[in-house]
Formats: sequence, structure tokens, C-alpha cells
Amino acid sequence: MSVVHSAPKFASSLGVLDALSKALGPMLVSAKEEHGEVVLTVQRDQIENALRLLRDEYQYQQLMEIAGVDYPERAERFECNYCLLSLTKNHRIVVKVHAAENTPVPTVTTLWPVAGWLEREVFDMFGVIFAGNQDLRRILTDYGFEGHPFRKDFPLTGYVELRYSEEDQRVVYEPVELAQDLRQFDFMSPWEGAEYVLPGDEKAPAAPPPPPPAPPPAAPAPAPVKAKAAPKAPAAPKKPAAPRKPKGESK
Amino acid sequence: MSMQLDHAPTTGDEVITNYTINFGPQHPAAHGVLRMVMELDGEIIERIDCHVGLLHRGTEKLIEHKTYLQALPYFDRLDYCSPLAMEHSYVLAIEKLLNIEVPIRAQYLRVLFAELTRICNHMLNLGSHVMDVGAMTPNLWLFEIREDCLNFFERAAGARMHMAWFRPGGVHQDVPNKLLFDIHDWLDTRLPTLFNDAMSLVVDNRIFKQRNVDIATISKDDAVRWGFSGPMIRGSGIAWDLRKSQPYDAYAKMDFEVPVGTRGDCYDRFMVRVEEVRQSARIMKQCLAEMPEGPVASDDRKVVPPKRAEMKSSMEALIHHFKLYTEGFHVPAGEVYVGTESPKGEFGVYLVSDGSNKPYRCKIRPTAFSHLQAMDFMSRGHMLPDATAILGALDIVFGECDR
Repeated sequence: MSVVHSAPKFASSLGVLDALSKALGPMLVSAKEEHGEVVLTVQRDQIENALRLLRDEYQYQQLMEIAGVDYPERAERFECNYCLLSLTKNHRIVVKVHAAENTPVPTVTTLWPVAGWLEREVFDMFGVIFAGNQDLRRILTDYGFEGHPFRKDFPLTGYVELRYSEEDQRVVYEPVELAQDLRQFDFMSPWEGAEYVLPGDEKAPAAPPPPPPAPPPAAPAPAPVKAKAAPKAPAAPKKPAAPRKPKGESK
Repeated sequence: MSMQLDHAPTTGDEVITNYTINFGPQHPAAHGVLRMVMELDGEIIERIDCHVGLLHRGTEKLIEHKTYLQALPYFDRLDYCSPLAMEHSYVLAIEKLLNIEVPIRAQYLRVLFAELTRICNHMLNLGSHVMDVGAMTPNLWLFEIREDCLNFFERAAGARMHMAWFRPGGVHQDVPNKLLFDIHDWLDTRLPTLFNDAMSLVVDNRIFKQRNVDIATISKDDAVRWGFSGPMIRGSGIAWDLRKSQPYDAYAKMDFEVPVGTRGDCYDRFMVRVEEVRQSARIMKQCLAEMPEGPVASDDRKVVPPKRAEMKSSMEALIHHFKLYTEGFHVPAGEVYVGTESPKGEFGVYLVSDGSNKPYRCKIRPTAFSHLQAMDFMSRGHMLPDATAILGALDIVFGECDR
């Protein structure tokens, strides 16, 4: 596929994947090159060594970003993506580790002081623990905040809201009250593979088994009449975007 | 009954303890809602603990619940001093995942307005920086230029600040020719006059130099270790500019220079920005001279909506329009990191798509985060009033820092 977009063009990734995979050796879990970007997944406890190797031997001098991503369906649900930049080679790579809530990731503040806040942010937003970070406080959320808001199972509206109370002459925190349910529309096209289940039609012959293992029972069924059925748990967080399958090529 | 001292007080007798003050979050020199807990020894800064996040709005979470197009206006509201530069990273990230071609005219328009945004941003920053260290007049003069820029934005996109004008696949609407002529005139006459006037008051000013020269000197190594980018890393003498080294849109065709500092102090960072304004004007002139006629957005109807006139006669165009503004377009699964040279430094978007019409995750890499983190390290040993000069030279905007 030829590159026709006009996004930033850095030096060619030709051969980088092989060279770095070889260099990382047993630390490497997997490596891929997609959309012109080299992505290396390394073992969690080796992240510091891997990044040190990349910084010192392969000239990836700058750590630009640590991006956390949450995949609730995975055993180790969090991903930390370290975006490295080489000023001398004019190249970017992404180094990934997987982590769970109870599996700390070694800190890289030993390599880059800038990692301090970046790790604090991932900790704040996802609850990933960075072992060895001396200052792992919350950073973006409110003083006294509870929970990790960027997890997929954290509701968009949050749990508390605050307002200025005239009686108390101060700001008070209260549980969120929504005048109406937060609506999430599902724009899946009925022609492109959505599985619509008629609510209440449990007696229908078991859906013709699709060849691949049946989707998890909690497949998001956009059921408009659901509102009346079944008492709802208060402010039940919507089933976090169960991984929608890419629906064919939309081109 | 008289209090008698055993001995006359001499220097060294009194023990002065360090004390801690709050700088902000409502301090005008904090450039927004920055709270800094400062430990002072007399007037010397011993330690700074920056508390950020007072403007945290959960933009990244909101974006996960919007279609790709609906998420675009959130970017205007990140760094509200340079909105188009924020959109630029985002649309390029989408285009990279889609691998969609942007017409040449759209690329030129984007570069033209990205540079106008840079001028607009630097007017605010340079002005507030000189005001933070005590000068009033240049700020007011620079706001004249900023006002002109905002008027140009309004004529192009209809909004002065939150334009939402860069769209995946191009720009939203073409600009009138008169606007391009007016920008050209402005670049030739008003901008250099006003800007040089204002700068003549500052750059050689003794007080301004006393407040900035040799304040917060950053070595090249430190600039790299602390993840600096943009004017901050160039101020330290590293000629690193993403527009040059990793050109996007039409920047590869532009001829401009990258100013660098020599000492890495606040004055250098200021002067780098001053020169960048002149280089931006140069890029804009090239854009205006070379801009071809043609479409301003891709003709891929699965991404870019059709023209209104087309919808009157073509059923397919009508369907495309409806689908794009309800369901939105689908982006192939994958993850990309796209960083562009925003006026403040490298502004990056790490976009994860699961193949649906909404981003699975959109991590925004703000420039201010890494710059502000170095505040503690840069200010140690400096005087309290220097903190405002250092902050001014950092160019912090909290919409972006806190997201």
C-alpha cells in the first residue's frame, strides 16, 4: 500500500524492526510494523533495560510520551506505550508493555526525569503502579479523587459532582444525578454485520451458530425498548465498549 | 521592666526558617490555573511543587465517546491560544490511519493557517512574557496583531478562536480570494511595522535583559532528558524543528530557517520565538505565492462530506452526507503517534482505532506537561521574581496541559 497521506514523514523504518528485535533478544515479546510505525512489545520487568538499551545504543534519546490504554477484556488489561524519538536518526518507535492492576511496571524515571509526570498521569488515569517512582501521586484529578477515570468501566459522567452550596457557603460534593440517562448511540449499520437481537425473543431458535466462537453474551445489543424492561442498576456504567469488530472495509 | 538583650543583635544570630507559599492558582503570572507550592529561603527558591489538573476536563475520555469528526472541536479547546495547531495533529493522525490523500491546495491552506496560528500564539506569549517581567506597552501593541489574526480566522472559518476548520481529508471550506490578498498585504505592511515597533522596545531593553539573561539556563543534555521540544529545545541550541525534520502537509516545499539559541536561558527562548514569527511570515508568503487552485478536501466520499449543491441533485451525495453526520466514517484498526510542531513544541496525538467510528483511545501529548515538569529543576536557586520570567518563557497554557 503506497503512502498517500501527508502526516509527518520521519526517516525510513526499513530494517529497523529486525535490527531492534535482534538487539532486544529475549526481552522482546512481539514486534510489528503497522501504518509506518514500529511497535515493540517487551516484557514488563525488562522495560527499563530495554529502554536503556534503546536510548544508549540505538540513539532514541527522547521519551516523548507514555500513553496508557485500557483493554478490559484482556488478562493484563493495561498497555503502556512509550513513544521514543531519536533526534539524531530522526525516527520514532513505540515500546509497549502490558500490565494489570496488581503488577507494577518498573519506573523509567531512572533514565529520563520527564517520565515522572508521565508515569503519574498513567497511574492517575488507569491505576497502573510504577515501581520505583518516588513521587507517584495523582496529578490531573481533583484532590481526594477516587477511582481511575480513563478505565473503560469508569462512567463518562463520573460518580460525584460538585456545586457551590449557598447554605454551607462552600463547594459541596454530591453523587451525580442525571436528569435523563446518558445516551450512547450505536451507529452500526444493519447491513454491515450488526447482530440485532429482538428483545424478549428468547425462544427464537438459537442463533444460527456463526463459525467462529460465539460472541460473549454481553454483546452490546442496541435495544431501544430496554428502558422499561428490567430495573436498572443506578447509573450502571454502560458495558464498556465491548470490542466492536471492524466491520468490513468501509472504503 | 525592660527587655534587655544580653548582647546586641548581629548578623547570623537570627535563624530564618524556610517558608512555603502558594503561587496561584489565581495568580495572573501563572498563565492560568497553575498552583505552585514554593519553598523559599528568603527570596531564593528551594523547591517548587507544581499542582496541575485544575482545568482537567477529561477531554480524552470524552473523545472516546464521540465520532472522529465530533471529537475535532475538543482540540480547539486544548491550547486555546493556537487552536488550529492542535487540530493539525489530530487530523493528520486520522489521515495516517486512513491513508487518505489531501489535495495540494488544502495542504497549503493548512500550512498557511498553521503559521498564522503560530504568529497569533507567539503574540500572546511574547506579550505576556514581557508583561510578567514588568513592561506594559509591548503587550498592548502585540495584541493589535493578535486581533488581526483572529479576524483572519473569522473570515476563513467563521469563528475567531474555535475554528474546527481543519478536517480529516482537507479543510472545511475554501477561503475567499480577497482574504488571501488581505493576508498578503498584512504580511507586507502591518505585521512588520507593529511587530518591529513592539520588539524595539524589548529586545535591547536593559531591564528586560536583566530579568531574562542567564535565568534558567538549560543545557542541551538537560533539554533532551526533560523531553523538551519546540522553542524550548531550540533555545538550548538544538536545531530541532518537526516542520523541517519530519515535514507534514506542504512544509517540505517551504524554505525557512530554524532559529536556535546559544545560551539556553529565558532570553534565548524569547528571541527564538521572535525570530520564529518572522520565519512564519516568510512561510506564509511562500504559501500565498505558490498556492494552486483546486479542491480543498479529498474527494473520498466515505470520509469527506459532499458539497451542498451536489446534494440537491445526487441521491448518493445525500446518503453520504447523512451517513457521515450520523454514523461518521470508520477508521481502520491500528495505532499511530503523530507529533507536529505546534507553536509551543511537539504536540502529539496517540490514536488507537478499533475499526469503528469512534476512537478507542486518543492520548494527547501536551507540550506543557514536560516543560512544566522541569519548572522545579529550572527554578532552583533563582529568586522568586524569576519564576514569572521562567514561566513566561515556558509558554504554558492550561487548556492543553490539563486536557
